[in-house]
This record gives sequence, C-alpha cells and structure tokens, in this order.
Amino acid sequence: MMFWILQTLNGVSFGMLLFLLASGLSLIYGLMRILNLAHGSFYLLGGYIGLALLKSTGSFVAAALGASLAVALLGVVVERTLLRRLHLREMPQVLFTFGLLLVISDFSILQWGGAPETVPKPELFSRSVQLGSFVYPSYRLFIIGFGFAVAAVLWWLQERTRIGAMVRAGVDNEEIARALGINVSLLFTIVFGFGAFLAALGGIMGGPIVGVYPGADFEVLLLGFVVVIIGGLGSLRGALIGGLAVGLLDNFGKVFFPEFALFTIFAPMVLILALRPTGLFGRA
Amino acid sequence: MPLKLAAWAAGIAAILALPLVLGPYYLGLATKMIIYALFAMSLDLLIGFTGMASLGQAAYFGLAAYTAGLLALRLGWNVWAALPGALLVSVLAALAFGLLATRTRGSYFLMITLALSQLVWGIAFGWRSLTGGSDGLPAVPRPDLMPFVSLESDSAFYYFVLLIVALATFILFRLVASPFGYALRGIRESETRMLALGYNVRRYRLLVFVISGLFAALAGVLYVYFNRFVSPDYLHVERSAEVLLMVILGGAGTLIGPAIGAVVIVALEDVASAYTERWLMIIGVVYMLVALLAPDGLTGLFKRLRRGRTGA
Amino acid sequence: MSALQTVGVSKNFGGVLALSDVSIAVEKGARHLIIGPNGAGKTTLFNMLSGTFSASSGQMLLWGKDITSLPPYERARLGMARTFQITQLFSRLSVSENVMLALHAARGGDLSVYRPMKGDRLLLQGAADMLARWELSHIADQAANTISYGQKRQVDLMLALVGQPSVLLLDEPTAGLSAAEVVRVADMIRSLPRDMTVLMIEHDMDIAFGFADRVTVMNQGQVIVEGDVAAIRNNAEVAAIYLGED
Repeated sequence: MMFWILQTLNGVSFGMLLFLLASGLSLIYGLMRILNLAHGSFYLLGGYIGLALLKSTGSFVAAALGASLAVALLGVVVERTLLRRLHLREMPQVLFTFGLLLVISDFSILQWGGAPETVPKPELFSRSVQLGSFVYPSYRLFIIGFGFAVAAVLWWLQERTRIGAMVRAGVDNEEIARALGINVSLLFTIVFGFGAFLAALGGIMGGPIVGVYPGADFEVLLLGFVVVIIGGLGSLRGALIGGLAVGLLDNFGKVFFPEFALFTIFAPMVLILALRPTGLFGRA
Repeated sequence: MPLKLAAWAAGIAAILALPLVLGPYYLGLATKMIIYALFAMSLDLLIGFTGMASLGQAAYFGLAAYTAGLLALRLGWNVWAALPGALLVSVLAALAFGLLATRTRGSYFLMITLALSQLVWGIAFGWRSLTGGSDGLPAVPRPDLMPFVSLESDSAFYYFVLLIVALATFILFRLVASPFGYALRGIRESETRMLALGYNVRRYRLLVFVISGLFAALAGVLYVYFNRFVSPDYLHVERSAEVLLMVILGGAGTLIGPAIGAVVIVALEDVASAYTERWLMIIGVVYMLVALLAPDGLTGLFKRLRRGRTGA
Repeated sequence: MSALQTVGVSKNFGGVLALSDVSIAVEKGARHLIIGPNGAGKTTLFNMLSGTFSASSGQMLLWGKDITSLPPYERARLGMARTFQITQLFSRLSVSENVMLALHAARGGDLSVYRPMKGDRLLLQGAADMLARWELSHIADQAANTISYGQKRQVDLMLALVGQPSVLLLDEPTAGLSAAEVVRVADMIRSLPRDMTVLMIEHDMDIAFGFADRVTVMNQGQVIVEGDVAAIRNNAEVAAIYLGED
C-alpha cells in the first residue's frame, strides 16, 4: 500500500514539473500558434542558470527567480526581434525554434560542461517527513503544492483578469482582438516571455529531483509533447491533467518496465490519438 | 537547345567520373550526399508536395538500417533478401504510424511524428541485447551482390549508390507528375476543395506517408551499408530535423531543391566539424538563418533571381 | 422523391445552437434560394449538406439515399457539388491544373501513380474545352492566386460544374464582384441545365429573386418560412427580420 502512495507521490511531483513546462508550451501555442521546439531549452537553461546562481548566492529563491527571469528575458528578446517575423508560418517556425534548441544545447555544454549535475535542495525542504511508516522527501511534497498553486494562479490570471481576457480573446480570434484595440503584438511578447519563465522555473525547481544535464532539453520537450497531445494544445486544464498523467505513467513505467518505460507513456497517447486526435481538452 | 543539353551531359559525366578524381574521403562524402539526397526527396514528398510537416522521417530511415544490419549480422541474409526485408519492416511501421498520425494535421501531426520516431529511438537505445544499445551494430557487411562483384571498394559502392538513387529519383519524378502527384499538391493547397471534388483525402495522406517512408527506408539501407555501422542516432529527432532543413533550404515541393539542400548541408557539416567542436551550434544558427532569410529555399531564391534578370 | 432533403437537422457547436430543426425539401430541377440575415445559419446548413461538418441530429437525404453520415468526398461522388463563400482554389497550381484535378476526379479519380497527368490527352483537351467555354483560356497557365477576384469566383464555380453534378450548392456566388462580373455569373447560372438541381445562398436580392422558383427564409438557425418568390416578397415577417437588421 505504502509503495503505491509513494510512487504516486513521485509521479505527481514529476508531473508538476511537466505541467510547468507544458502550460507555457500550450499557452504559447494557443495564442500565437507557435509550436516552440526550444521550450525544452528554456527548461534546461533554467536549471543551469539556476544552479549557477545558487552556487553564487546560496539562496534557492534568488536562484529560481533569477534564472526564470533571465530565461524570460531571453524569450522576450528572441520573440521580439526574430520569431515574430515568422508569424503564422509553420515551417520556418519549426526550423527556427529547432535551430535555437541546437544553439542553446551546444552553448550549455560549452558553458557548463557535459557532466550531469545535482542541485541541492533548499534549506527549508531539505529534510524528509514522516508519512505513516515511511519517510518521504519534503521537497517533493513542496513541488506538488507549488504546482497546484501555480495552476491556481494561472487559472485566476486566465479567467479573472483583464490580461487573461485579452489572451482568451487573442486565442479565439486574433484579428478581432486587434480590431477591439488589444495590443496583440505586446501580448504575444508577454505570453512568450511568461511561457519561458514557467519552463525555466520547472527546470530549476526540478533540479533537486531530476538533476541538470545535457539532453534534458530533448527529453523534457518530448514528454511535454506527450502531455499536450494527451491534454490538448491550448488548454490549461489539459496541461495539468496531461502533466499529472504523464508524470504518473513515466514513474510507474520506470518502476515496472525500466527498459521500456517509453511504452507506458506512448500507449495512452496512442489511445487518445485514436479516440480524440486533438487531445482531451484541446481545440481542433 | 544544345547548350542546355551540353550542360546536362557535362554534369552527368562529372558525376560519373568522380571516383576517378576524388580520394577516398571525398568520394565517401559524395556518396553520403547522394544517399541524403534520396532521404531529403522522400521527405519532400510529404512536406513539399502534400504539406504534411513531419519531424519523424528518421524512424523509417533508421528502422530499415537496423533491420538490414540485423538480417545480415544475425541471420546471415544476403542483400537480395535483407534489402526487401528492411524495406518491408519500415513500410509496415510507416503504415502503422501513418494510420495514427494521419488522424491529425498541423502541429499535432508534427508532434506525433516526432513522438513516434522517438519511441523507435527509445527501443533501439534500450534494447541492448538486440540492437547493441547506444553502442550500435558494428561490422555490417557491404552487400554481396554477385560472386565477382565486390562493393568493398569506395568506387564500386559509389556507383552502386548512384544507380539505385538514380532509379529511385526517376520513380519519384514520375510519381509527382502523375495524377496522384497533383492530387497531393491539391491536398496541400486546399483539402476542403479536394474533398468537395470527391477525393478521399485521408487515403491519399496515408499513401504518401507510406511511400515517403519507403524511400526514406531505402536511403537508410544504403547508409548502413555505406557506414558499415548503425546506431540509435540514425533514429534521433536531430536526424529528422537535419533532413527537414535540407528540404526547406533546398526548396520544398521541387524534389531537385531538397537534393541540392542535401549536398549543401552535408558539405556544411563536414566543413564545420573539421574546424570546431561547436559545429552543432553553427548548424543551429544555419537553421535559424534559413528560416528567417530563405523560407523558399535555394530554388525559390534562384527563381526570384531569374525573374529579376528577365525583368518579368 | 426530392433531389435533396433535410429532416430536422440541428447543429450544436459546443453549446451554440447554430441550426435548429431545419427541414427543407428541394425538388429535382429546382432553383431553390436560401436567404436570411447574417448568422442565420445558411452557410452552416451548406456545410452540413456537403458533409464538412456532421449534423448533431436529424437526417439528410440525397435522391432518397441517407447521406447523413457520409464523408464529403462520397457525397461528391453521388453527384453533389458546391462552391464556397471564400473561394477555395488550388492557389499555387495553374488554372488549367485546377480544372484537370477536378476533371480527373469527375472521371473516376483513379490513383494513377505512373503516367504523367499532363500526358493524358483527354484530360488536357477536356480542361482546355472547359476553359474555352468560360472564355478563360488566356489565364490557363497562370497560378490561381495571381488571377483577379472575379476570375477566381468563376474558376470556383467552374470546378464545381466540371463533374456535371446533379445537385449544385452555390454559396454566395456573386459576393464581392463588380456589376459587370455579377451579370456574367448570373448569366452562367441562368444557363445551367434545367435538370440540374440548384440550391443557392445569395444576398443580392435582384439576382436571388430573379433566379429562384422557391425561397426558404432562415433566421437564427431556424427556417422561418418557405414559399415562392411572390409570397416571400410580400411576407411581413420576412420584412421584419430584415428591417430589424437596420
């Protein structure tokens, strides 16, 4: 019994990291129709920059915030200067964002070396807590709570604020949103930067759990895709449910079929594709 | 026009004469270019002609390569059996993946082709006992075509590849000029109209997906024979992206464009990797530059220049 | 047996009821007009009929055969053709290639993969004839996205007629055309074979009433009234619907 609870907690905590990544990916796609292949790279940079900041400042909060803001800034600059020239042109966007992925990936190796690193847990959550007859890392519990908090904040932003309404209008119909006087161009930049922020946050917060290493960008991008395939692109709810689903599938897959963990993730994805090609909550 | 004919003849003569003038390294590079040209043209069918952007073409390339290698190494099959066997495996995979993937379009299609391809990569990477895992399969023998025809020499293998790719190219050109080929273009331009005219669009999309996979598989088999080696990175998304770049750089929807794109990128990678370890970063920048500056590719650029010169 | 019939067709788009219990019968050889203010559901009805969207409930019959769950291409093969409010052409293909694709489908659309399409003499001739009949031979080799808007509309109509459909759905065929072009298209529609059944959505009242023998008026997804031209012209309710738009 305890085994199942522990594994579920592991799956959910990892799922929260995926949610952070997928929510940004989904948001960017929903508004801008861009499938950002460099999204995993934002995660990677968040981890690496966060680790560097942690080493120099000793404060986890500073590291997390600093790294996420830095990556958000990178996102804003890239979007404003380059990416926006490829508006609504799918192939160039694919090519461009993949090129960015390669550049960031190689840059990371150049800057921080190719060895995997571990990120120390923040002082507050460095100990384990008692769960029945088992001990469980409090940091993972924190991630679960943090993830739900972020989900709540995102939902509140989307449904209850003006900027959320503007995003929803832009998602529905860009032309009409523009006609209504919404500064769609600024909105795009803000959303892209925000998406990058969330991905980077996932990268540094995930550091103590999965570490920081080259290749994480590809791995997490792939998992992010499975999340939005299952949950549906453009849906916050889909990113959360899809994230939790993939997190659990990934975890239990690794536990039961370590050599073929990928199958446990892909099987439900294939099922969803057969039944609902646009995902559980996605728009066509 | 005698000048055009002379140019064509000279070009063909040059291609045929390469083994006489190039040393082994550069002849190998030329062989690689021709194999990649086929790979790129296979993807062009899908992307350029039908408008189905895929990041999973490497799956059929790599699957055929592994199958050909395994059939030769483990079962001792000769090329006459191993080649069709490898193609069959890839075609079946393309059919299975295609049935799933063609339920979607646009970004979902892109993600799914990537995910399915990475699934195959994961199998190759993880199933050490079968595939050798990350170490791959070494010592794959060159095809044993006939008792006294050896493909061990670079020149002989070059001509072998040239012959096969020339045949494949001929078939591809016929295919795109056929009603089927035009139907693909129709689907690219307006699926709605095609449906209203009575075309079973889903069937066409599935067919082109499989045919495209078949030609990618052929390229994969040639590549494993070329390298005498296969490893999981035959299947990695980086390879799918690489061939995608070749298609876009060369000019999607032209067949010849992607072939040229293949030559250019193979050359670029060769030069870059000779000068720096950071050649992936350079390639990444190339991707970004092509996306920003030349989305119609080299053939598009060429067309624009020609129009400019004639003042039309 | 009607040429085309809908029985209680409704369409629900995730909570928005675009069509509600629409029942229409179009007789063979009819010139049937659908009018109504914007948002009445006219194009949605067309999309139901052609199979672009599936009906949420109700039935559709083509020559008595239930086509409710048939995909668009099968309805086309049964003799239904349509034009589009926003022209749907194969933009980067030449006008001639556009027509050949339509013609190839009309002649069975076999999955020919080896012989060049442009080597098919019959196909080339058929396309050339069609273009000549419409006096568009001079744009045969131009890309469809480079011709004028009026020409695009004509090609859009031509593609629908290539297959000699038994039932033709025209979605605002004169939208955005100049006065001279409207006359041309109106002539073309008038010269359609009398045994072809034509269902048309149109906003231009002169064309519309000049063309129709029966009119269905729709508003907010429902059929309000149906009758011949005179009856509809004098119908107070119809006037109210349109005046209410001001």
